[in-house]
Amino acid sequence: MSDDPHTPLPEPSDAADETRIGVDSWVAEAEGRQARKRGFFGPAARGWDASPDPVKLFLFIAFAATLPFWLSEGDLFVYGLFTLLYATLGLGLNVVVGFAGLLDLGYVAYFGIGAYGYALVSSPHYGIHWPSLASLPAVAVFTGLIGLGLGLTSRRLIGDYFAIVTLFFLQAFLVFTNTANPVIHGTGLTGGSSGIGNVDPLKFFGYALTTTKQQYYFFLIVLSLATAGLYFANRSRTGRAWRALREDPLAAEVMSIPVNRLKRLAILMGAALAGLCGAIFAAIQLAVTSSNFTLNVLIVMFAVVILGGMGSIAGPILGAIVINVSLQFLQPQNDHPDIKRWLFYGAIALFIALMKPWYRAVVVLVGTIAFGFAVHAIVSATTAASWTAGNAADAGSASMGKHIAGWVIIPVGHGNFDTIAYIVLVAAVCVVRSVSGWWRALALIPTLYMTAVVWESVLAPSPAVTAEILFGVLLIVIMTVRPQGLIGTARVEIV
Amino acid sequence: MHALLFSVIDNIRALGWGGAFALLRNGLVLGSLYALIALGYTMVYGILKLLNFAHGDVYMVGAFLGFGVLTQLGGPTALAIGIVPAIALMFAAGMAGSGVLGVAIERFAYRPLRNAPRIAPLITAIGVSFFLENSVQLLTNGYQYTYDPFDLGKKGNAEFGPLYHTVFSVAGNGVSVVQIFVVATALFLMVALVLLVSRTTFGKALRATAFDREAASMMGIDTDRVIAMTFFIASVLAGAAGVMFGLYLGVTYYFMGFLAGLKAFTAAVIGGIGSIPGAMVGGLLIGLVESFSIGYVGGQWADIVIFGILILFMLFRPTGLLGSRAIQKV
Repeated sequence: MSDDPHTPLPEPSDAADETRIGVDSWVAEAEGRQARKRGFFGPAARGWDASPDPVKLFLFIAFAATLPFWLSEGDLFVYGLFTLLYATLGLGLNVVVGFAGLLDLGYVAYFGIGAYGYALVSSPHYGIHWPSLASLPAVAVFTGLIGLGLGLTSRRLIGDYFAIVTLFFLQAFLVFTNTANPVIHGTGLTGGSSGIGNVDPLKFFGYALTTTKQQYYFFLIVLSLATAGLYFANRSRTGRAWRALREDPLAAEVMSIPVNRLKRLAILMGAALAGLCGAIFAAIQLAVTSSNFTLNVLIVMFAVVILGGMGSIAGPILGAIVINVSLQFLQPQNDHPDIKRWLFYGAIALFIALMKPWYRAVVVLVGTIAFGFAVHAIVSATTAASWTAGNAADAGSASMGKHIAGWVIIPVGHGNFDTIAYIVLVAAVCVVRSVSGWWRALALIPTLYMTAVVWESVLAPSPAVTAEILFGVLLIVIMTVRPQGLIGTARVEIV
Repeated sequence: MHALLFSVIDNIRALGWGGAFALLRNGLVLGSLYALIALGYTMVYGILKLLNFAHGDVYMVGAFLGFGVLTQLGGPTALAIGIVPAIALMFAAGMAGSGVLGVAIERFAYRPLRNAPRIAPLITAIGVSFFLENSVQLLTNGYQYTYDPFDLGKKGNAEFGPLYHTVFSVAGNGVSVVQIFVVATALFLMVALVLLVSRTTFGKALRATAFDREAASMMGIDTDRVIAMTFFIASVLAGAAGVMFGLYLGVTYYFMGFLAGLKAFTAAVIGGIGSIPGAMVGGLLIGLVESFSIGYVGGQWADIVIFGILILFMLFRPTGLLGSRAIQKV
């Protein structure tokens, strides 16, 4: 048998990083790294890997500093300023979640406390107007101390208890600011649901930061300082101790690492950074309301940290760029509605392209397209016109919308179709997950088409909710497929 | 602070014994719902050491399934069938649907992460919770679905449906059929669960798996199946709680699972996480605390009072009321 030249090769495995016979995971990783350094982008990848970290940070800052010159004021606000905000917040969350391995679900509350704290000491609400040089550090320290106080309750506790305490803390914070609103000195402390308005802009030595450009550069400085600070913290004795604590708290304690003190230090640093971000956020928005600090923001922050990679410093920055830019493209008022659709179909094309081996990808691609036309032809031939009468929602160019409406069935006036299609899609994804090999490729064809149907008739018309659903899915998928995120850090495998 | 204290005393005086009874009644009804949800948290935590954030949303889906059945049957005032089979159908749909959902969540979100670091399934759980909540928001357009619970099964021009007939009253505060029904059903389900865990072979397998999963699987227990069953039972209880919430208050909305889940988990922690009687005691306690703080302190402070109690427990008795002090082994 063995000398038969036509012996079929064993099926390549679906998962790229699955262990092969005779190749352990370390060798596979090393091969992967070497493969990255060859090919067209090889020199760039080699250069990036070889350059020291400060150079990378400098390159990033140099690029970010050019943004105000080629983006309009409005674009700079939503793409530039918010990315910096998410990146800085993500860095703070990364200290708690990535470095120390604590699941802090009240993180957004610190952000909110910082914003409210700044608003209270620099607005006509109580008539107090501190200079920014005093209020920013004071707010950061105050928020850090609140985090420390909450951390003290996790004295003897493991991560799960900490998660629930902090999540409840966020809820209590929202209730406190929104409805409890205790009256102090004749005014409600937090202004209830209308919040606090007329907040002073940041002002240093009589120079107020009022334009988006000024605020952007100020935030860029804050982000650079935070990045540099965390870079050194991560490489210090404390940083190594944090990593030890994250991987195995018990072993770390046995090694005489002061586990609880380090946990509290991480919480304090994360909370202080979030408080600082909150203060700057309040000064940029010129108003604070509790609707800025909901669970949705928390999920976005976790998506930022986890997509980039927990525990790395570049991770949250990369995550913030990807998440914020795609979030803005999904916004309903975005003036480039086509981009949303390009992103969606691009993501599906990328998903197909990443399939191995290549001929399976071709089969799935061709199969999906043919399947779509077949279904569309059958449906339009056998049923009433209302099943295919819909138009692609806010298609930027008419031709693109027409092509899509000729392939995807978009019914009009069939009430329960949306619900049923959505549930069928979720079930189909579950089926795809539980089969493998050619069966998976076969199941993928109707599933992908179903995805397009659901996207066109359910998801695309309500982009705000869609974004949140996608964040939920993102957290699940990344944790299952690539828990280290896009960048990630080397982890020690514990047997 | 003083003003708040005085207003509490004033409220206690103003409400009197009758008011106190009404608060006790509301607290018990609310508490039995919390207890049912808390059981799901505590069972899953006991067996997987996983904080299942999505559990509150399974409860929410159960409430929506019950509501969907009610709508399909013609709505509260024009039921196509009798009220008893209608409620039975609501329970059947809510419990079965939630149970299947729970098993699917375990199979597709948590099982691939069985041996991952502790934080990975926690983050996945948040993702699942967010996914469920927003999917329901998308499919219901974010509306609150309400009906008047007083009208359910109403005949002719009677004032109330049969669910809101007063059974007995204390100091002018009546107890209605639905309130007794909720507490009794919750008690029945809890007793059934205790018997299942303590008397059956499956219960033995469940306790063995919770005690030591690896050793249990070496003894020939299919631990994956046991875990899937645990999720099924936990979700069925949550689905029942969701249907009962709908029957009692006549409202379902997509974000109802978050707060209920948060409080139910607090109940499980206060009772002693992993302990089934603890979850029941904790659930009733949280229900009573919430009801009395709404009555005496003011509705806007209820969540903050519960949070304060959670913090106190964390500080002084982190193992909860009925939990045992576990020694971490290597």
